[in-house]
Amino acid sequence: MTTNPQVRLVTEIAAQFRHRPQDEAAAEIAAHIRSFWDPRMRSQLLAHVEAGSVTDPLVLAVVRLLPR
Amino acid sequence: MALIKEPDLGTPGRPGEPTVTVQVDGMSVAVPEGTSVMRAAALTGIDIPKLCATDTLEAFGSCRLCLVEIDGRKGTPASCTTPVTEGMRVSTQTPKLEKLRQGVMELYISDHPLDCLTCSANGDCELQDMSGTVGLREVRYGYEGENHLDAPKDTSNPYFDFDASKCIVCSRCVRACDEVQGTFALTIEGRGFESKVSPGAGGSFMESDCVSCGACVQACPTATLQERSVVDLGMPSRSVITTCAYCGVGCSFKAELRGDQVVRMVPYKDGGANEGHSCVKGRFAFGYATHPDRVLRPKVRERITDPWREVEWDEAIGFVGTRLRDIQARHGTGSIGAITSSRCTNEEVYVVQKMVRAVFGNNNVDTCARVCHSPTGYGLKQTFGTSAGTQDFKSVAKADVIVLIGANPTDGHPVFASRMKRRLREGAQLIVIDPRRIDLVRSPHIEAAHHLQLAPGTNVAIVNALAHVVVTEGLADLDFAAERCEGFDEWAEFIARPENSPEAVEPISGVPAAELRAAARLYASAPNGAIYYGLGVTEHSQGSTMVMGMANLAMATGNIGREGVGVNPLRGQNNVQGSCDMGSFPHELPGYRHVSDDAVRTVFENLWGSPILDEPGLRIPNMFDAAIDGSFRALYVQGEDIAQSDPNTKHVTAALEAMELVVVQDLFENETAKYAHVLLPGTSFLEKDGTFTNAERRINRVRPVMAPKTGKHEWQIVCEVAQAMGYDMHYDHSREIMDEIAATTPTFAGVSFDKLDKLGSVQWPCNESAPEGTPIMHVGQFVRGRGHFVQTAFVPTEERSTRRFPLILTTGRILSQYNVGAQTRRTANVVWHPEDLLEIHPHDAEVRGISDGDTVSLASRVGETTLRARIVDRMPVGVVYTTFHHPVTGANVVTTENSDWATNCPEYKVTAVQVGLKQSASGRSAEATARDLQTLSD
Repeated sequence: MTTNPQVRLVTEIAAQFRHRPQDEAAAEIAAHIRSFWDPRMRSQLLAHVEAGSVTDPLVLAVVRLLPR
Repeated sequence: MALIKEPDLGTPGRPGEPTVTVQVDGMSVAVPEGTSVMRAAALTGIDIPKLCATDTLEAFGSCRLCLVEIDGRKGTPASCTTPVTEGMRVSTQTPKLEKLRQGVMELYISDHPLDCLTCSANGDCELQDMSGTVGLREVRYGYEGENHLDAPKDTSNPYFDFDASKCIVCSRCVRACDEVQGTFALTIEGRGFESKVSPGAGGSFMESDCVSCGACVQACPTATLQERSVVDLGMPSRSVITTCAYCGVGCSFKAELRGDQVVRMVPYKDGGANEGHSCVKGRFAFGYATHPDRVLRPKVRERITDPWREVEWDEAIGFVGTRLRDIQARHGTGSIGAITSSRCTNEEVYVVQKMVRAVFGNNNVDTCARVCHSPTGYGLKQTFGTSAGTQDFKSVAKADVIVLIGANPTDGHPVFASRMKRRLREGAQLIVIDPRRIDLVRSPHIEAAHHLQLAPGTNVAIVNALAHVVVTEGLADLDFAAERCEGFDEWAEFIARPENSPEAVEPISGVPAAELRAAARLYASAPNGAIYYGLGVTEHSQGSTMVMGMANLAMATGNIGREGVGVNPLRGQNNVQGSCDMGSFPHELPGYRHVSDDAVRTVFENLWGSPILDEPGLRIPNMFDAAIDGSFRALYVQGEDIAQSDPNTKHVTAALEAMELVVVQDLFENETAKYAHVLLPGTSFLEKDGTFTNAERRINRVRPVMAPKTGKHEWQIVCEVAQAMGYDMHYDHSREIMDEIAATTPTFAGVSFDKLDKLGSVQWPCNESAPEGTPIMHVGQFVRGRGHFVQTAFVPTEERSTRRFPLILTTGRILSQYNVGAQTRRTANVVWHPEDLLEIHPHDAEVRGISDGDTVSLASRVGETTLRARIVDRMPVGVVYTTFHHPVTGANVVTTENSDWATNCPEYKVTAVQVGLKQSASGRSAEATARDLQTLSD
């Protein structure tokens, strides 16, 4: 199965922050995504989360911090 | 401009204040201690005759032409080797000296072919000049005696000849190779009358270790070492000072011309980056600019399967403008974008990002730095506050310990490598961190104190281990951390954890813990420790993390903010720094200011009269993904060959095929052009008028030596496309673009073409507080205020060797070729590297039945290619290496979609692959070899 590029990327980003407390990590990742991702990439990530294809708790915490 | 002849003061200058006063022929002059009499005389305007002396080399004292008389001293000492002393009184012209000099010249001329009128150096020969200067009127010895006039000519090098019959054995070539280049390829063989210049052990130049940098040719006072182009075309008659268009060193050159024909490129002594040195690419490989493959007229086609149709500029530009607007009307404002090029000038790049933001109405602009140094931009901005290296190149001369990580400067940045090698010969220590045993690990007069031959993909583990030793062994500069930085305590707690210790990292990286500890102690205890790095740092899944890790290490040891220290990216292409500075990233406006910054956007909106989006646009890999998912429909590519240079070729070409419009603006019909609908001919650096910014933030002028062969400057093309889309973008000259950059970008506020013409170059920031630029950054204070320690946890790459793909491929470049080879493959440089080769360890080759020169398959999970094997023990077992200079090889067919987590910079340096024999060099089939291997195995 091919992973969606945005899901794959956010998972890779999350891996960089797992050594930090989850709330801090989620805030930093969300800030990173706001700074560097085109809005359509964010939308695609949100769509995948809403479709239930993302289960990583850190990624889900990140998504909660992103603008809809 | 007439031919520029730079003054030659005879011997190098000495540092320090002019405290020693001497009199030369009655003229008083004050010079620094250690200055030679010859140089002091030259500074008063008195040129003492000389042949073996030149101010780029240490004095040698062999030609006996520069003799002088000094009051109170016996004899006639050589002025080049005699240092001045206070109150010295020197006479350079006396009857005695005249007689001695004439006698010396008589001997030289008695063994020299008297073919001045037909000699290629006629008018540019120091022997000829000195004969006139000393007043030689006769040669009493005649010309019939034993001589060297029948000495053979070596024409093996494609760019210069070595005519031994004209050699005066002054050793300038040998010394240039030693002192300037640091290759030690030449020597003087034999004694007395038999002594002669010899490349290596007596073979030809091409058989020797010569790297064709041209330093020997530059140093030769006669026609013995002469550019082939001068032999063929004659002496040039005018010079234009300009900047090399190859690597990020950004060397200054005198383009020497006859009319608008370049005869030769001569490195410029006043060039801040190179100070008179060069490499084989910049010095000789400029012929591509006039290569018949150049595309000189625009081409258009409806479908990429159609043949090209040559059209006039108006039609091509109208086609582009209409199609782009039509696509936006159907698919939305964000459906189009552009890629800028690090091979274009700042001005050319600036107008492309302006077109995207002001005309396209989005931020879908990215640059080829995405696939090389984007992690540098991210990492250094997070830690130091700005996306650039900290030092000027000169700074390496003050370094005591140099840490070289993931860079191979003798191939990738040869002129900087020569500076580095000079400092290493003076006694600085070297730590190399690289999976491959690069030349600097052990080369003439240089041996690295430590070579940390790590497994690819473990950079962050290694840098953390180095920092762990610094922190846990009390080697940190706590005062610096307290006064200049923030976050040190938290970071120190993190880095001191056991998982970051050398002992924990050893099994991950393959580097012995004791070696890691020793390297860390060496760097941390150096008075000046400097870090230099290349794409072996950035092109990883943790490229940005590694950049921050190096910044942490430098801050923890106080190695920031003065000469001899710092964290320094060696940029791949000539204008990587500049293209990033110019706002080519989709999240940043010029000067690295985020698009969400209202105040910054307002500056540009007011000037451009267009709203600017406050959200980031697509990065290059995101553009490809969006093209495949259908939301990105058109791409304007300025001077990049993404179909060859970007990873996972199949994915890239699928994205290009999916788009409705691909516009390529380039010198040649490159690989990307196969997928293009419009080909807009670009200009070579010899036609450009603008600026490049090199890896040390030095802004250099690029001056045209000829009119654009295409009829248009590249910035004009972009302006006309903007106009065709209904936006009035117009400049009368590229200087006006730089004026706009200066008006909008604080770090460039003091830059103008006039200032660059006056000062030669400036390093940004150049503004009111630093009107002549800033060679060293973060002095006293970081750009962001306090340096920021970032916790850099090691996260292994997803790319692992497997049973199916048991080897790790890492890619790089070599000296004679440049990037995708579009330029260098169209020069004689192909004699050194006609094809990409796969370097493989003897053990890995043996178990696969591969011999040197065999044709092998190289396969990864995304693709397969074929190339020839080269068996070398510089590779560790389990790691193979190749270059990406030749499209026929297509090395990026096998590289994957993996990328740096922060920037999407591709992970070129780690690809799991398998290598198999396809055809042995001896003609033996792979099947036969496989049967033999099976028999042996059984």
